Amino acid sequence: MFRLLEDDWGRVESTVTIEIDGYPVIAQIGETVASTLLRVEASWSRTTPVSGARRAPYCMMGVCFDCLMLVEGEGLVRACQTSVRAGLKVQRQMGPRKVGPSC
Amino acid sequence: MLRPDLLIVGAGPAGMSAAIVAARAGLKVVVVDEQPTPGGQIWRGIEANAGTSRGRALGEQYCSGLATVRTFRECGAVYWPSTRVWQVESTLGTYVTGPGGTRVVAPRLVLIATGAQERPAPFRGWTLPGVMTVGAAQILLKNPGSVPSEPVWIAGCGPLALLYAHQLIRMGGVVAGFLDTRPSTPLRETLQLAGRAALRSSRELAKGASWYAELYCRAGRYVPDVVDLQALGTDQLEGVRYRTAAGRVEEIRTSLLLVHEGVLPELHTVRSLGCEIQWDAGQAAYRPVLNEWGECSHPDILIAGDAAGIGGAVAAVHRGRLSALRILQRLGKVAAEPEMTEENCRAALAHALVLRPFLDRVFRPREQVFAPDDDTIVCRCEELRARDLCAALSGSVGSNQLKAFTRAGMGPCQGRQCGLTVAALIAAAEGRHMSEVQPFRVRPPLKPLRLCDLAGLADESRSS
Repeated sequence: MFRLLEDDWGRVESTVTIEIDGYPVIAQIGETVASTLLRVEASWSRTTPVSGARRAPYCMMGVCFDCLMLVEGEGLVRACQTSVRAGLKVQRQMGPRKVGPSC
Repeated sequence: MLRPDLLIVGAGPAGMSAAIVAARAGLKVVVVDEQPTPGGQIWRGIEANAGTSRGRALGEQYCSGLATVRTFRECGAVYWPSTRVWQVESTLGTYVTGPGGTRVVAPRLVLIATGAQERPAPFRGWTLPGVMTVGAAQILLKNPGSVPSEPVWIAGCGPLALLYAHQLIRMGGVVAGFLDTRPSTPLRETLQLAGRAALRSSRELAKGASWYAELYCRAGRYVPDVVDLQALGTDQLEGVRYRTAAGRVEEIRTSLLLVHEGVLPELHTVRSLGCEIQWDAGQAAYRPVLNEWGECSHPDILIAGDAAGIGGAVAAVHRGRLSALRILQRLGKVAAEPEMTEENCRAALAHALVLRPFLDRVFRPREQVFAPDDDTIVCRCEELRARDLCAALSGSVGSNQLKAFTRAGMGPCQGRQCGLTVAALIAAAEGRHMSEVQPFRVRPPLKPLRLCDLAGLADESRSS
C-alpha cells in the first residue's frame, strides 16, 4: 500500500533483509516491522481471534494493537514498535495465540 | 532500584523540555520513552531527517524540533529509549521494560508527558486492511519515508489531515480526493473566533488557510460536508461509500483510505493511577483535572503536554517547562537559566494557545463520530458492534459493567480504541452528559508484558 520515496531507492548499504512468513523482504535500517510490511503486497499483519478477519497496521503508534505479529525471540508484539534487524523472522499471527515457548 | 528525583514518562516536546530544565538545575532525572529516538510523534525521526530533503518537505515546525532534541541529549538526564512503562504505583514505584530488561524506579516525583492519540472514530468497515489513520501515514512519511503507492483518499477533520496532505504533496505524493468530515461552523462564529486569533497569530492562521487552498486546488476531488463513511471490501479495502449532509450518497474505488477526526490526550497511565479527569466539551475529550502547574489530584504526579489537554507542540514545550519549574520549587532548586521564569513560560504558553479556541470550534468532530450505527464495530479487539453493546445497556450500566457483560475493552488495546465510544453510547442510552459518565477503569500492565519480563524483576530485587 506504500512505497519508499524515490530519493531513498537503491541505497543498498542502508537496508537489511527480514523474513515475513518465510519470504525475504528488504527493509530500511531504522524502520519498523510494520512499516516494512506495508510495502509488501499482502500487507496484513494478523487474523483476529474472534472472527478470523484480516487486520493490518492501523495507528502505527502503538495504541490499536492490530499489528500484533510473532517476532522471533520476542513473542507476539506490536510490529509498529519493533525495529527491523538483519535476518529477523516475523510471522503473521493467525487467530488466537497458541501456548508455547516465545522468549 | 534507581531512586531519581524525577521520572518523566515520554520524550516528546513536553517531556524533553521538562527534563532539560530539571536536569540543568541539578536534579537526577530519568526519562522513559517507547520510541528508539527522542522527539515524540511530532518530531519523530528528526535527528535522521533534519537537513535532508525529506526534513525540508516536512516543514519548518518539524525541523524546529532538532534544537530541543540536541539539548535534551546533552542535558544530563538519564534517557531510556525503546522502553515501556507498564505500571506506576500510587507510591510512585514504576515498572519499566526495555532493552536493559525490567527495572523498577522509585522517584520522588513523576511527570507524565504521554502526548496524544488520534480520536477513534468508528464507521462500518474501519477494521479492514487498507483503512489507516492519517497519523499513521504521517509516521510513515517521517520513517522510513513512505508514501501511499497510489493516489490516496483522505477522510477527516482536523489540522493534522490538512498538514499531512500538504506534506504529501510536497514530497511528490498525490491526493486522489479529500472527504471533508468537518461540520460547517456558523460563519459569524467562525469569523469572530478567527478575527480574535488573527490579531495575535495571523501567520499560523494564514498557514492553515493555505493548506486548505492547496488541497482545494491539488486534490483530485474535494467533497465537503461528509457526515458518514463506510469502508467496502472483504479481506482488503476496495472502496468507500460516503454520505454528505445533503443526503447525497456516492462510492469511490480505492485500496487505501486515511482517516482522522482529531486527537485526544493519552490518559492511560494517568487514569490507571485514579487521577481525576473531566469532560472538556470544547475539545470533546476527557482531560485530567490540573492546576496551573500541571499538578493533578495525586500529590506527587504532574502532567504536561498534550496529555494535559490538546495544545500542540509549542504549548507542550512551555507546559513541560512550567511543570519542571514547579518541581524545582518543590525540591528546593532553582532553574539554571535566568530567563527560565514562571512569567516567561506563562506568556509563551498563552501565546501558543491563542489559536486553540478557534481550532477546537472549527474542527469540532461531527456527531456521527460519537453515535456509530448499529452495524459498526466499536471494540476492534473483541469485534463488538454498537448493537451488541446497546443490547447490554439495560438499566443503569457503567463502562466497567458493560465491559464485564460484553468483553468490550478487554482485548489487547485495553480500551484505547473503544473507551470513548463506549462512554458516548452509555451517555446517549441513559440521556446523560459525557461529564457524568466515567470511561473504563484502567489497570496495569499498561503495555503488553511477557512472563519472562515479569520474572526479570527477581534479578532486580536481588541486585538492590
